[in-house]
Amino acid sequence: MTLTRLFALLSIACCAATASAQELTGTLAKIKRTGQITLGVRDGSVPFSYLDDKQQYQGYSVDLCMKIVVQVQKQLGMTDVKVVMNPVTSANRIPLMANGTIDLECGSTTNNAERQKQVAFAPTMFVIANRLLAKKSSNIKSLADMKGKTLVATAGTTTLKQMTILNNEQKLGMNIVVGKDHPESFLMMETGRAAAEANDDILLAAQVASARNPSEFQITAEALSVEPYGIMLRREDAPFKQAVDAALARLYQSDDIQRIYNKWFMSPIPPKGINLNFPMPPQLKAVLAKPTDSPDPAAYAAVPPAQKAATKK
Amino acid sequence: MHYNWNWAIFRELSPDGVHTYWDTLMSGLAWTLATSLAGWVMALALGMLVGVLRTLPSPWLRRAGTAYVELFRNIPLLVQMFLWFFVVPELLPRAAGDWLKALPNAPFLTAVVCLGFFTSARVAVQVTAGIEALAGGQKLAALALGLTRRQTYRHVLLPLALRIILPPLTSEFLNIIKNSSVALTIGLMELTASARAVQEFSFQVFEAFSAATLIYVLVNIVVVAGMAWLERRLALPGTLASGGGR
Repeated sequence: MTLTRLFALLSIACCAATASAQELTGTLAKIKRTGQITLGVRDGSVPFSYLDDKQQYQGYSVDLCMKIVVQVQKQLGMTDVKVVMNPVTSANRIPLMANGTIDLECGSTTNNAERQKQVAFAPTMFVIANRLLAKKSSNIKSLADMKGKTLVATAGTTTLKQMTILNNEQKLGMNIVVGKDHPESFLMMETGRAAAEANDDILLAAQVASARNPSEFQITAEALSVEPYGIMLRREDAPFKQAVDAALARLYQSDDIQRIYNKWFMSPIPPKGINLNFPMPPQLKAVLAKPTDSPDPAAYAAVPPAQKAATKK
Repeated sequence: MHYNWNWAIFRELSPDGVHTYWDTLMSGLAWTLATSLAGWVMALALGMLVGVLRTLPSPWLRRAGTAYVELFRNIPLLVQMFLWFFVVPELLPRAAGDWLKALPNAPFLTAVVCLGFFTSARVAVQVTAGIEALAGGQKLAALALGLTRRQTYRHVLLPLALRIILPPLTSEFLNIIKNSSVALTIGLMELTASARAVQEFSFQVFEAFSAATLIYVLVNIVVVAGMAWLERRLALPGTLASGGGR
């Protein structure tokens, strides 16, 4: 028996002892028992979670989740945890989390108070603003320019809900159509089915960067909301939440987070080798320095009036 | 399962500020019924035409009918929906494409056309089967009586064949109602899409889809009962359709 194997065995024995001293519950127990963890991933949330040309799931959120998996594996004293990638959509991620199909959701999910009634969130990993994307030729500078026009948003998103409320409240008379995922929403705008697409600015930036002709499009300057993104997990599972929070806090304190950020937002990314050139927003820097899982937008930045109107409800 | 059940959700106001979530579901049901009924009318008309084509003496007409059936039956419905909505307008001349895209209720019209073509291929196969199932003497006798081919189909073959194929047509009718849910992929707010909207806005997914399931079941029960009544009404003693008379 080599020394390293002996060492591995010893460490397993030691951690098994601590584990049996404190009975594992919830997701941690499930991971220990089944030897696997299931990540909810997205097909088209570039660069957070998406399928590349080799049919591999990857992205910023997936990288963060893999860091969490490594820490959880260490904590459980396991030599190997099998990572299962389970594709989810904006519309089915919450039920799949609630019914136990996925253990962590590694996508681009807004953390808000309403969702916290059904699921929990890891410390915020990104901060976005809702904006509009339109063709330059259509001359749309703000939401007010959308009066009486067709707007597309993705099914299951906070954006869709916010636009529905704003449409009603500001009497815009917009015809709101729904794309089943982000690529389809973009397709609807690109083919002229909708005059503009409402979405998170970083996702819009990614769509423009990977479009056939990026100079054809522009993102409005007017921010319609501030939203924190979080990795989603099940509610009422304190030990697992602690493990996840600790893993991210540790990551945020290390240089790794800057490296991972640069890999996805400041460098060419697969499959087409586009570079988003999206320097880290100051709100995100603040969160990384002081991690929080608060669903309150005001905890991150000044809240735009359009969002205040929508959250009053 | 960590889930907060809330069956009172249907009485709550949806984000549009005017309608309750129950209204959302009912509007979805209305779109589902409108889409399936309009699609069904188109499917029956086209299906009978193509079904008859496939029984005519001319080999070219028969081949045309078969090509039609294979084209629309073999491409998955989801793909056809995508093709009709996103691809066809781009293939047309620019002006025609823009006109199509600007139509009010474009998703509804597209869904009707797509479901109509898809289902007509399946109806056509059944119409052909019904005509071929008739005793061969029926056609010859009709022609011998001096009826033209058109009259033979209109007064003898089709009325008998349609009676025989009523049960599979019932299945097709039920299918088109369920298939109409595919239209949610092109943005039609039919029943399934409405249930999804309810869950997206309220996060009460299981309540929303339980309600939608119940509504689909109720609609299907009504259809089955209606078609059974129609079958009894149309039964002719001494024909295949009368069942026990054989």
